[in-house]
Amino acid sequence: MENELKIELGKQGVFVTTIEELYNWGRKSSVWPMQFGLACCAIEMIATTMARYDMARFGAEVFRPSPRQADLMIISGTVTKKMAPQVVRLYNQMAEPKYVIAMGACAISGGPFKQGYNVLKGIDRYIPVDVHIPGCPPRPEALLQAFMTLQKKIEAQSLTGEDRPRHLNAEASGEFPVPEQGEHDLEPPVNRLVWPLPAQVK
Amino acid sequence: MKTVEEIKAAIEAAVPGAGVEILPNASPSAQHSLLVNPAHAIAIAKFLRDDAELALDFLSNVTGVDWLDKEIVEKVKVPRQVSKTVDGVEQIVEETVEETRKHVEPGYLEAVYHLFSMKKKHGPVVIRMRTANRTDKVELPSLTPVWRSGEFQEREVFDLYGIVFTGHPDLRRLLMWPEFKDHPMRKDYVEPDDFEYEPTAHDKVLERAKAHKDREQGTGNREQAGGTR
Repeated sequence: MENELKIELGKQGVFVTTIEELYNWGRKSSVWPMQFGLACCAIEMIATTMARYDMARFGAEVFRPSPRQADLMIISGTVTKKMAPQVVRLYNQMAEPKYVIAMGACAISGGPFKQGYNVLKGIDRYIPVDVHIPGCPPRPEALLQAFMTLQKKIEAQSLTGEDRPRHLNAEASGEFPVPEQGEHDLEPPVNRLVWPLPAQVK
Repeated sequence: MKTVEEIKAAIEAAVPGAGVEILPNASPSAQHSLLVNPAHAIAIAKFLRDDAELALDFLSNVTGVDWLDKEIVEKVKVPRQVSKTVDGVEQIVEETVEETRKHVEPGYLEAVYHLFSMKKKHGPVVIRMRTANRTDKVELPSLTPVWRSGEFQEREVFDLYGIVFTGHPDLRRLLMWPEFKDHPMRKDYVEPDDFEYEPTAHDKVLERAKAHKDREQGTGNREQAGGTR
């Protein structure tokens, strides 16, 4: 339907929409993040939910203490190799549809600890990440920006067709293999299905 | 507070055969430490804690040091018999010849304890213990029974350096997972090869990224690529 006609009908008191729009509007307006923080970025995440930045304006004020009730995972901080299996397991326990925001330099790449032996070089090695936020730590505005980006992404999802989201595709699995803690490193060190081969080193 | 020499004398008077050695610190802090024989460590620790004048009742810090095998090159003057023609006559003459000798001093692991006194408000007194080598004789007596605050710190030293503290109540890895086999703070630790992606690689990082690429393609020489993993 044309947008102008829609507005015109709205003026007459007739509300026209599609199932897709209604469905996505409902989902994007009540994204419930999971209540867990990993490092200093978590402090910024907490600040974002408080009165000054007020994430409740976007319908995301209810931080759920259980992965079963949450549909957004904010990876807020350094993911150590000791913690990585638990993070993947929590992600697997979340019900579809589920989204991930990787918050801060550590969560997206290992950040200042990238050269270390004990830090995972980006959580996107094991689970798919929807929005990456750089920063050390990112300001609350950056998290809100990421949240709005995620809302736009949810809004643009079509319910049918080849590019429909994972939770509407019966064949797609929302579970990702949990890495084992091996003798020297995590096994496997990376899930190639999620993290394709990186750019060539020159 | 007593000086290190006085503490050494006090220990040797209290614990017979303790054999304490002073390791001087040449830096301006002049924080000399006492090298303690592991066999007498518990007795010495108890003395330091319970002695009325020292009263070192607080163990603030335990850390480890990894000392690799050291190759020592020294020049030695050796007398040697050399045949020489002196005035047309062949003679055997004794001469001193300079010779370079090499020997390898075995490495060891070291545990360092920083002690303070809450009662007397003095410190630190630094004591050290050394293992026999870095590979199989890595046991040291745990001082956790004397100072409870050593428990987690000794676990951390065990985790990262591999010093086994005998007598420790709960010696498990603290920071790394239980299946982990290496000791990351040792100088010969080989880091896992997880460096495939580096957008702005340079210097050592670039070397590692290249080595990883070689290994991934199966063309690189493993030795050259810097490690076995």
